[in-house]
Amino acid sequence: EDYHEHCAQCSEVNWGLTDGGRFYCRTCHNVTERTREFVNSAVTLNTRIQTISKGLRKQEKNDEGWEWYVCEGFQFVLTKQAEALEVLGVCPQMKDEILCNFWRRYLQKSQQAYCNRPAGESIKVLSGCESSTDMDSEPERPSLLHLLPLSESDGDPLTDCSFGSSTGKVSESTSVCSGSVDGSLHFRKNQKDKLRMSMPMTLSFCYMALLWLRESMTLSDLLRFVVEGHIPYLNVFQCFPEKMKLYGLDLKIFCVESWPVYEEVHDKMLHLAAFLELPRFPDITDSCFLHPDMLCMKYLMEANLPDELHNWTCRVVKKIHIGEADFLTFVPENKSTRKVKYDVLAAAVIVVVLKLLFLLDDNYEWLLSDFAEERNKNNKEDGPYFEFKKWYKVIKNSLDMEQRKMDEERAKCLWRCEKPLFYSAKKKSKALKRRQIVVNLQHQFGKLSGSRQSAEKPNPSSFQLNWSEENTEGSCFHGHSLKGILQEKCGLLTAMNPDYWLCTVKLCTEKFCGHLAHYRDLDFPASYHFVLRLFSFLLRIQPSYIHEEVCAIEHKLFNKKLYKKPKYSTGQRK
Amino acid sequence: SHKHKLDFRKSKDMCLSYIQDAMLQKQWKRAAEFLTFYIESLEKDFSTEHTGPSEIIWRIGTEILCHCSHSNMKEFNSFIEQMKTLGVKRYLKVCLEHAFHLLCNGQTDEAYQSLCLAESWRFGEQTTAQDKELKLIQAYRGLLDYYNWSKQKNALLEYDKDGFEDISVEQEMHNSFRKAALSLKEIIQIPGVWDLFVQCYVDLLEFYGDHEEARQVLSEYAYNSKFPANPNAHVYLYQFLKRHGEPRKSLISVLKILHDIVPSHELMIDFHAMLQKSKKRKKRRLGLEVIFAALDYAGWKENVKAWSCLARQVKQIIISDKHLEWIKQEWNSRKDWWPAFHFSRYLAKRNWQENESLAYEKALVAGIILGKDCKYFKYVSHQGYKDQKKKFRTLKKFVNKHSPVYLRISG
Repeated sequence: EDYHEHCAQCSEVNWGLTDGGRFYCRTCHNVTERTREFVNSAVTLNTRIQTISKGLRKQEKNDEGWEWYVCEGFQFVLTKQAEALEVLGVCPQMKDEILCNFWRRYLQKSQQAYCNRPAGESIKVLSGCESSTDMDSEPERPSLLHLLPLSESDGDPLTDCSFGSSTGKVSESTSVCSGSVDGSLHFRKNQKDKLRMSMPMTLSFCYMALLWLRESMTLSDLLRFVVEGHIPYLNVFQCFPEKMKLYGLDLKIFCVESWPVYEEVHDKMLHLAAFLELPRFPDITDSCFLHPDMLCMKYLMEANLPDELHNWTCRVVKKIHIGEADFLTFVPENKSTRKVKYDVLAAAVIVVVLKLLFLLDDNYEWLLSDFAEERNKNNKEDGPYFEFKKWYKVIKNSLDMEQRKMDEERAKCLWRCEKPLFYSAKKKSKALKRRQIVVNLQHQFGKLSGSRQSAEKPNPSSFQLNWSEENTEGSCFHGHSLKGILQEKCGLLTAMNPDYWLCTVKLCTEKFCGHLAHYRDLDFPASYHFVLRLFSFLLRIQPSYIHEEVCAIEHKLFNKKLYKKPKYSTGQRK
Repeated sequence: SHKHKLDFRKSKDMCLSYIQDAMLQKQWKRAAEFLTFYIESLEKDFSTEHTGPSEIIWRIGTEILCHCSHSNMKEFNSFIEQMKTLGVKRYLKVCLEHAFHLLCNGQTDEAYQSLCLAESWRFGEQTTAQDKELKLIQAYRGLLDYYNWSKQKNALLEYDKDGFEDISVEQEMHNSFRKAALSLKEIIQIPGVWDLFVQCYVDLLEFYGDHEEARQVLSEYAYNSKFPANPNAHVYLYQFLKRHGEPRKSLISVLKILHDIVPSHELMIDFHAMLQKSKKRKKRRLGLEVIFAALDYAGWKENVKAWSCLARQVKQIIISDKHLEWIKQEWNSRKDWWPAFHFSRYLAKRNWQENESLAYEKALVAGIILGKDCKYFKYVSHQGYKDQKKKFRTLKKFVNKHSPVYLRISG
């Protein structure tokens, strides 16, 4: 694909790869000596980029910049992201081996669609506009490209450009469409099943690699680091080399206008793993960070809940067998099993445990809290009993404050960077002028506000909320005891709470609506909503996802009793 | 999953609401801070709403710069210059408002220059599209020409006093006059409210002795039905006619219309006085109507002059014993609420404490119309009697003498 030489025998430019990694001409089957360098498994991402670039540069170097392909752009992005992850403490193996291999595999699997001219197919002539509207239907997508005037699609950009032509020179009309050689091809419909690369998908790649290595980073952590700016995502093209010019349709590919969404990244990862035909991932055992026992411990700490609750989460995990390696480990080929979202799962387990112990019906938990309060007043020597009310107040304060801070940060998010973007050479001067005005105005009002210039990134940390036992205000609940709400029965500790209410009696069919359950906060007790809200904030996902997981867990937990019981079930839960 | 595609827009909308909140709470620094983050929406103008980011930024930026204590005119001007380049469709509007701002800050010369510059702006079909703004710009420029003329005129008068002459100033003055007259005349032809412009134009005309044109202009302004109803127009016409010694008849006809539009206008006293002087019965009848109507309004409750006018006319009628039915007619629609509105015991006390003359006049009216036993009259005359004020003794006598009258009035 980046090889544009004419075949010595037939003068065609229609190359494929032999098993040995050599180029052969598809038309006349002449095999050359030229090999694809990246078959060499020892090559790191960086050298590969240089090789490809060198190859191109040898071919064509004009003042406009290099020819570059969209996949190269993504390669850059992935490199930068991997480097950032390394800085965050991920092992170097991730970048040098795992991600690299995944990417290579992806290129191999999808390159069939990227190649010059698949045998027998003639190049369809696409106008710039045609391809821009050829996207997945996004009627309201606020894109730079809806402003592309139709006149810019004059001429046939593709016949002049790239693959078919021998010189590979980027013509004027292509340069209007995109800086990359194949930018306009990127959105062709028939590429859909080949899993078209996108910015969110870079994160899917990263997560997949992290999962393979069983690193101590959940998907929600990863996405949070992206939003906080520790992992390149927004304006990542700033790190492209000078000569890799980016404009036109490239912007649609590489310019991000919204933050990655958990569901989307996760789903793409599942598709990707299946597409790459990856084998069963390394087992998630109980010593792994992603194991629910571990994550529950972490989240309990972050949620400022008593350590004693960990026993209960472990019990629930064990009872419904979600701690087993076979359940937790990711097997891409297995399409039927529901894939585990480790962070959501752990959060949901905690929610279920809270429901088991406190019922959370807007009544019982406050009663229990009053008893605990009484006891704590009268007994100051032994350790305090956990008071739900106190915890609620402390958490609510922090949560409201953090939420407010986060909302302000989001409102202050700057989406543009110094590198000006423009979608055609014609618009360049206008774009530059605008940028100048924007910079001037920002400067002027920045002075007025007396504010410190751009926000310093918060230090990356795994924990968002920190609670310290040294805190004399007594607002740390880790050490508090659950004695007040537990009782001993048959030598086992059980909850005093005899009741439990199910979030839903029947689960939805995921195939139809995509979810197991739906959430409307009005339908549920306020305490339940509060708890969901807490974890929703920590994981940066919608409460409904956690709710869904809670429903799934409950159905496993009460499986035997379910078809017998009415909605408000009484009965033993262990 | 369209929702997540609009994060850019969502975060800018959120940013905007933070700006608005800060402005409502007059936290200008905070508003400025959030504005810095909003500004980049100029580069991705996705807005499909009528007010795009550039207009929002212009308006918000102006507010903030006006209120932020350590911003100055220089900064403001440079900001406005950038705003002008941002939206060609708004160019003249920005120029106009900028001129206003300069005027409010006493920078008349700069405002004048800015307006002149704007006046000469041409931009294809935008020029016709922004025709209204262009007219306003010309009008205000004309106004500033008038202002210059006025200054030059006063300067000349000063020189004159001192026996000096200055040809150049005189020429400038005539220049300003010509420019001003042209523009002012233009704008007041368009139906609208142009009080200030009309007054200035008339002033110019009067100075140069063109009374006929002035009268024409004022009549047009007052009587042309295409123009919105404007009491001031009639006031200006009245004042002009009075200045030029017009006969009472024409003055009365002008004020009649004013009375119809604004019965509570302060000129009603003059109107009443004029009507009373007339020999025609109808006019005097109208006078009574006018004065009663004026006193219907809360703003007139403590107007001594008005009460004295009413009192005098009522007294006249009683003494002459003619046209008692006039009072009856006027009182008919007021008998249910005037007593509580004007003649309560509380008001009697208060009026007496605060303003004896007022109390006197009102007491007379009350005594006649409501009878000597009415609360108001009783209280006031008693107080006056206690203080041994001769006036009040006379009043009491008068009312007592004519006491049966009230029966005929209120019957």
